[in-house]
Amino acid sequence: MFRYYLKLGLSSIRKNPMLSALMVAAIATGIGAYMTIINVDYVMSGNPIPNKSDVLFHVQVDNWDPNNAYDEPNEPPVQVTYLDGSALLAAGKARRQVLSYKTGRVIEPEQEGERPFRALSRSTSADFFAMFDTPFLFGGGWDKAADNNEEYVVVIDSEINERVFGGENSVGRSLVMNGDRYRVVGVMDVWQPMPKFYDVNNGPFDEGEDVFLPLSVSVANEFHSWGNNSCWKPDGGDWAGRLTGECIWLQFWVELHGESERQDYMAFLNAYVETQKALGRFPRPMNNRLTNVMEWMEDRKVVAKDVNVLKGLAFLFLIVCLLNTIGLLLAKVTRRAGDISLRRALGASRKAVFSQYIIEAGVIGLAGGLLGVGMTWLGLQGIKGLYSDFDFITRLVAMDWPVILATIALAIVSALAAALYPTWRACGIHPASQLKAL
Amino acid sequence: MLSMQDISKVYRTDTVETHALRQFSLDVDEGDFVSVTGPSGSGKTTFLNIAGLLEEFSSGTFELDGRNVAGLNDNDRSGLRNEKIGFIFQSFNLIPELDIFDNVDVPLRYRGFNATERKKRIDRVLETVGLGSRSKHLPSQLSGGQQQRAAIARALAGEPRFLLADEPTGNLDSHMADSVMDLLTEINKEGTTIVMVTHEASLASRAHRNIFVLDGHVSTNEPDLHLAAKSA
Repeated sequence: MFRYYLKLGLSSIRKNPMLSALMVAAIATGIGAYMTIINVDYVMSGNPIPNKSDVLFHVQVDNWDPNNAYDEPNEPPVQVTYLDGSALLAAGKARRQVLSYKTGRVIEPEQEGERPFRALSRSTSADFFAMFDTPFLFGGGWDKAADNNEEYVVVIDSEINERVFGGENSVGRSLVMNGDRYRVVGVMDVWQPMPKFYDVNNGPFDEGEDVFLPLSVSVANEFHSWGNNSCWKPDGGDWAGRLTGECIWLQFWVELHGESERQDYMAFLNAYVETQKALGRFPRPMNNRLTNVMEWMEDRKVVAKDVNVLKGLAFLFLIVCLLNTIGLLLAKVTRRAGDISLRRALGASRKAVFSQYIIEAGVIGLAGGLLGVGMTWLGLQGIKGLYSDFDFITRLVAMDWPVILATIALAIVSALAAALYPTWRACGIHPASQLKAL
Repeated sequence: MLSMQDISKVYRTDTVETHALRQFSLDVDEGDFVSVTGPSGSGKTTFLNIAGLLEEFSSGTFELDGRNVAGLNDNDRSGLRNEKIGFIFQSFNLIPELDIFDNVDVPLRYRGFNATERKKRIDRVLETVGLGSRSKHLPSQLSGGQQQRAAIARALAGEPRFLLADEPTGNLDSHMADSVMDLLTEINKEGTTIVMVTHEASLASRAHRNIFVLDGHVSTNEPDLHLAAKSA
């Protein structure tokens, strides 16, 4: 009977082209708007490192003002001081640990005609690349010895490699930044986790770094942070004060597998804070945190409130479109009351009428979904146009098969939901009610 | 075949109670051809709707082909309607966007017959009513008489035990009406029980017997239809 109902559905659509077109358009518009926003939300709230998000932990220790929490009611600082970060890094109690901060360098290409240009940089410890699974085109990251020996090594991204070295394997070649010569040890492939989980304090959707260099070199050369700095005590205003004061400006992550490693590391953090308390630091009660990637994204409310508001509005718009569809379906049922009554008289049960009309709604939903895919594509083009300055949006907000299939599925489900009441009304049409009037 | 005892049907609104049938009793035997006449509003159509399981009744007992139909659920009523009863309406009630073949196919679809069986039955009944060559025509491409023949074919396709006809010639001229009545008579002769509601005494006189309905019940004051038909 499914094929028969499908045939009847198609026939009904052909018979009422205007009414059917309005329903398809209503569903497509609602679905298009909703899926556009969902797509943006998906990009912004997706897991940036799905393979490891549950074993990577952001570390927080509360070195803050005893009289004022970093964030009410009792939130510890979202970054760490150099004093604490470097001590935790040196302790090496986790499988891997990364201390890093955002900075910037000026690259001075040695080819003729190329002018110096600014490059976003990240000063980091060696584990960064292995811990965050960064992909490499050539070479790899540096080792701990390079950290310890303050070696002038650098990892560059593929764009810089293209611009400075013409895309060739540049491992072993020199890159001059701010007058210092660095040896290229690795060229990263495109890698832009979204959100940029390892440093959400400095723009979770900002452009990723072009250059990665050892933290030890950056600290030794006083490369200032280009990210957020917060102090609850004056730091003296000089670099030495920045390194020894109570200013937070670095991000510290550890890799821990399993609950026992997590508990051990928490015990280590507690012990560390106790020793610092003995030295007169950490005046607030013990308040250490280990937060995995997705919890950290949620904690920092990475997905903008605007997107959530838009999501709500788009959902309401979808509901309005579906209410319109319900109205149109009711009109259709009313127009076809005679047909329903006749079919009932000829032996169609309520279940048969329900099946016929729900399948017809499914056909309309499918058509709405296909048109909705087009509407979503248009919506995404609009988003791309609107945020053309944000590279990640233009790259990541895209129509792929999961989005297309989800759009069609949502349209069909929406149409079926919208059809429930009209179909119920259709089933209630009495077999004798219209026969005399026909 | 059909046995109604003391059937009553009451339509209620918030303020009004209308008794469409009162103590309505009727027995129709297998192979019978019964005409039902009566003035407008006498309850003929209500009787036909109840007999065709299109409406429920308020009280009384009703057995169709030996089965008590009181309290049957929608599925059972629909199945029984589809299997046992064929309907012929005054205004044909063909589905305009379906061709004649597909119109006749409608009740067979709900019966669950496979495609081969359906085609066999449809071809046979269309031949019976003289529309074998018109199966791909739309209803709008046929005359009124042909449309009613198509409707009769639809009613017969499921090989029902009896036909319920509501003013089957009401929308036809006398020539076409005669032709349709000839067809119904032929069908009855082959064993199908027919109950026909009509206003016309001349048509009613072609039935084996006539039931006169007045004020919702079978009246004992049955007019002499044969005389009425002759005077008409």
